[in-house]
Amino acid sequence: MTILTSAENFSHAGLQQLEMRLRRARLGLGVGVLGIVMVFVSFTSAYIVRQGLPTLDPRTNTLIRDWFPLPLPALLFFNTGLLLVSSVTMELARRQVARSTTPTRAASIPNVFAGREGTILWLALTAVLGVSFLKGQWTVWREMEASGFYVASSPSSSFVYLLTGTHGVHLLGGIFALLSAGATVLFRRPAESRVVVLDVTAWYWHFMTLLWVYILCLLEFAR
Amino acid sequence: MVEAQAHAQAHAGPQGFIRKWVFSLDHKVIGLQYYFLALTAVFVGMFLSLLMRIHLIWPSVSLPLFGEIKPEAYLSLLTMHGTIMVFFVLTTAPQGGFGNYFLPIQIGAADMAFPVINMLSFWVTFLAYMVMLSAFFVTGGAPLHGWTGYPPLSALPSAGPGEALGADLWVISIALFCIGALMSALNFITTTLDMRARGMSLMRMPLTCWAWFITAILGLLAFGVLLAAGILLLLDRNAGTSFFVPLVTINGQLAGHKGGSPLLWQHLFWFFGHPEVYIAILPAMGLCSQLVSVFSRKPIFGYKAMVYAMLSIGIMGFMVWGHHMFMSGMSPYSGFAFSVMTMAIGVPSAIKTFNWLGTLWGGKIRFSSPMLFAIGFVSLFVSGGISGPFLAQPVLDIPLHDTYFVTGHFHLIMGVASIFGIFAATYYWFPKMFGRLMNERLARWHFWFSLVGTYAIFMPMHYLGMAGHPRRYSELTEVGYLHNLLPLQKFITYVAFITIAGQFIFLFNLFWSMKFGKKASDNPWEATTLEWTTATPPPHDNFAGRTPVIHHGPYEYSVPGEPRDFVMQTDPLTVAVR
Repeated sequence: MTILTSAENFSHAGLQQLEMRLRRARLGLGVGVLGIVMVFVSFTSAYIVRQGLPTLDPRTNTLIRDWFPLPLPALLFFNTGLLLVSSVTMELARRQVARSTTPTRAASIPNVFAGREGTILWLALTAVLGVSFLKGQWTVWREMEASGFYVASSPSSSFVYLLTGTHGVHLLGGIFALLSAGATVLFRRPAESRVVVLDVTAWYWHFMTLLWVYILCLLEFAR
Repeated sequence: MVEAQAHAQAHAGPQGFIRKWVFSLDHKVIGLQYYFLALTAVFVGMFLSLLMRIHLIWPSVSLPLFGEIKPEAYLSLLTMHGTIMVFFVLTTAPQGGFGNYFLPIQIGAADMAFPVINMLSFWVTFLAYMVMLSAFFVTGGAPLHGWTGYPPLSALPSAGPGEALGADLWVISIALFCIGALMSALNFITTTLDMRARGMSLMRMPLTCWAWFITAILGLLAFGVLLAAGILLLLDRNAGTSFFVPLVTINGQLAGHKGGSPLLWQHLFWFFGHPEVYIAILPAMGLCSQLVSVFSRKPIFGYKAMVYAMLSIGIMGFMVWGHHMFMSGMSPYSGFAFSVMTMAIGVPSAIKTFNWLGTLWGGKIRFSSPMLFAIGFVSLFVSGGISGPFLAQPVLDIPLHDTYFVTGHFHLIMGVASIFGIFAATYYWFPKMFGRLMNERLARWHFWFSLVGTYAIFMPMHYLGMAGHPRRYSELTEVGYLHNLLPLQKFITYVAFITIAGQFIFLFNLFWSMKFGKKASDNPWEATTLEWTTATPPPHDNFAGRTPVIHHGPYEYSVPGEPRDFVMQTDPLTVAVR
């Protein structure tokens, strides 16, 4: 609730409106995140089940395991670092926009926005880190291909592609959200819109980081 | 006053045709869009079932335009009938249609929480519907794998004529539908939790709102799982992975997969699939509760019990998916657990049924068309539900599972009961949506055609099943031990013709009444909930700038000492009701 520390700067009606919009947006985000969580819970369930399944070897006519632990490319850990840092920059942007919403009337006037440059900087940095993360993930895929691990090579490699790919698609959504948040700042939208859009984008971004850490732990520790 | 004007101004409706009727952000227009999508879908689905019924009793007949229906074409009809009906009718109309239109109004809100997401959810659903229908027109035709899409059949493009591009389109359509349903669930939950008018506590919400809310929670938790399963299936089909496909030969050759598990799909699918049954039926339960109260002129019997029963049905609905898989060779201990949990759902279901009967008991019943369909719903719910505990027991399910017994069971309880809910909702809310009443005489004809027809079609299927008649087979007229059952199959087909003809009475009444129906007052049924306090049809922001304040529960009928036999939720408190 740090976002509301600047609440004393809002008029009473403005504060109520902001609180209402913020509460609704956060609730909607929370519900949406639950939907995404269910997708990854299902993948996790499939991962664990598939890991334990035997398959018939037609040459020997015996049951064998076709799952083998896949060595994760070191680049994945570097990418994780990028995403963690991007969460920090995103949080700084969120706090900046919250702090800079000085008195409502003034803040609602498009040209008055004290920390605009700072917010844009943090947002831009987050976007660059996010894109770098995606580029890094793409490179990981290329490295895996070069080592002979394709999507269909083994169930373990299938899951690496599946989980990184699905997370990547969701993060791409986050980058679009970032661009839209950047637009609210750049085009001097009213203070309320800036706060709400920045806030939900930030929480979504943090969720993406958390989700990635979870995926990495799954791939690393449940090999 | 100034605030009220500003409020009204803030929600001034768009004027252009495209923004007003096509890419509309208004929940009422979006509700109508969902409704009419489902209306076209139900007629497509019904037509497919008619083709199946014809083929079952005259397998070699050549139909105009279609020619002779081949066995694989029969399986395509079966698949598309099930898929279209379950997703684009039973999931779409009660929740997307009526829920969208009336949830915000019944809780006193001006719109859904996120109108843009609401619009997107409809258009994604529409796209899913178009992709699904397009499967009929591609090389090989529509898929053969049934609405449950069991691999390996659904995962191998070479497994049959419809399993190539047709099956890809089927999976893509389902995935798109899931995305639309998730966005819709997000809106319903946020709107219910955050946008209720002052005084509209959760326990003052009409039971319809409770039903839509719980359905949305179910949708949120279930459709994500189906989406994940769909992605895995697409990868198996197109990227050569082996999530669901084991080492298998097809046409004498190894299919190139190994190690996958068809059972994994079944678990994921039914983890979605069983809650889906409740996604289809819960809105009808909520509506039925509303209608028996309105048309009995009595408060609903046991409001809180109804809420808790729906909640427990929703929660327990996630714990019983295994009862669809007793045939799969699961551990007897798992089977026992799923069996007990399934039978336990009978308890909240019975609470609901007895409460509906308790509401009717001693009421001043008005047998208007919505009430007829509500009573019809209760009847079908009981008749279809009573065979549930039979199928919940592995020892009985195993011989009955692949027979017409199951077809009869789920059509009564999930299919037609839910459709009766849609009919009841249409007759009940039509005056509010279009400002006119539907023709009551035609509605009664429609009701009797539908009720008698439904029982005549689906009750005999239970006997077919008990006699061992397998389902899904395209042609059994030449099978010796089934010869004695052929007259019953013929009877079902003849009744299906008549019942389907009866649905055109509804279609005619719907469109005729929009133009020529008797003008409706703002509250023709003398009901208490918020939609009847506003103009007919409701203005763009629902309450024309007013913000309703709620003083009463939703079912205050025949309150002693009150001048009228109903108290609107917005009526000021009087000594009598205080």
